[in-house]
Amino acid sequence: MATLIDYLSLILLVFGAIFFLAGTLGLLRFPDVYTRLHALTKADNVGLGLIVFGLAIQYQSWAIAGKLVLIWLLVLLASASVSHLVARAALRRDVPPWRR
Amino acid sequence: METIIVIQWALDVLLGLSLFYLAWLALTSEDLFRAIVLFVSFGLLLTLVWIRLDAPDIALAEAAIGAGLTGALLLAGLAKLQIDTREESSGHQTSATQQTTIKKFFKPLSVIAVMLLAILLGYSVLSLPTESAGLLPPVNAELVNSGVTNPVTAVLLNFRGYDTLLEMVVLLVALLAVWSFDARHSTVIANSSPVLGIMTRILVPVLIVVTAYLLWVGAAAPGGAFQAGSVLGAAGVLLMLTGWSLKSSLAGFPLKLALVIGNITFILVALTTAFSGTYSLQYPPAQAGLIILIIETAATISIGVTLAALFLGAQPNNKDKQ
Repeated sequence: MATLIDYLSLILLVFGAIFFLAGTLGLLRFPDVYTRLHALTKADNVGLGLIVFGLAIQYQSWAIAGKLVLIWLLVLLASASVSHLVARAALRRDVPPWRR
Repeated sequence: METIIVIQWALDVLLGLSLFYLAWLALTSEDLFRAIVLFVSFGLLLTLVWIRLDAPDIALAEAAIGAGLTGALLLAGLAKLQIDTREESSGHQTSATQQTTIKKFFKPLSVIAVMLLAILLGYSVLSLPTESAGLLPPVNAELVNSGVTNPVTAVLLNFRGYDTLLEMVVLLVALLAVWSFDARHSTVIANSSPVLGIMTRILVPVLIVVTAYLLWVGAAAPGGAFQAGSVLGAAGVLLMLTGWSLKSSLAGFPLKLALVIGNITFILVALTTAFSGTYSLQYPPAQAGLIILIIETAATISIGVTLAALFLGAQPNNKDKQ
């Protein structure tokens, strides 16, 4: 029997998946490195957050929820730093930003 | 629940086909950087495959070593080869017309040989009995005597401890092989970005805690020495990327001690058990848990330092001025 928590999880997971889809679409369709980084990190951080939240409420346990949220925070830290480093490296190599 | 089985089946088929496709792209890519990135993605998909096969320990090891550390090693190697690659690719096109007879047939022959091997392997796997309990019943029967409750750790460190001992010796030999190339200066190029410095300052303590957690929880849940050691190695790689280098006072004997302590502990345990009445590497059930913890702790240190040293490439010695 699907309970209220299952329905809530389902909604959160589906929205997380939609954000991941949006991020992937941005990665494939945006014109240059900088805009692709923008699409990736914005969408993946929120998408992962929604998925983590949707999974955390499945287990009614603070320990497991804490571990999942810690994973999300680490991914936030890593993806923010790495996207800065990639953009910096691209600027160093004189990759031109896309102009209209 | 028919739809779930169909969806799982579709997911598995998609995963398998993506593996083939990624491997093909990585092997036939002209740009080496692109090939390395595709190889790392291949490693990540392989992690998903291990999870689908109910092997979370291997998935952890694959994600950390196969996708993470091997990617870092390949990129470091590529940075060193960058100039040679450009020269080689411009000379390749002119020498294509001068191939001998053997070279002309080499590619088709190797494709046929690999396809025959794939068919043979597929036939062997498909002719296995479909409903076989495997080794799970004997392992579960002896699990109470093994000192841990995770069957994977019990097999790796207790029932087949000899294989794990040899694996660790192989890792040490690999490092010695890399050091034998007598590189005086490391190939790691330090990145001076302050953002990397901040991220490293936050992440390295977290990584050390995660190492200790994986080591401790390996007795009851997916984890263990190799997974913990690879996280420690990743912490070392991160430190080296920010320009940190080992103090020259620690680069001599302490470094070498850290590298061999895993092997030494394991061999000491093997010798002690051999000369105390039982077979070698047969732990008394009462102390088995403690013995496994001691071996795994020493192994974690060794594996972490070995992986970080593999990334560094050159052997840090006391006389090397950093």
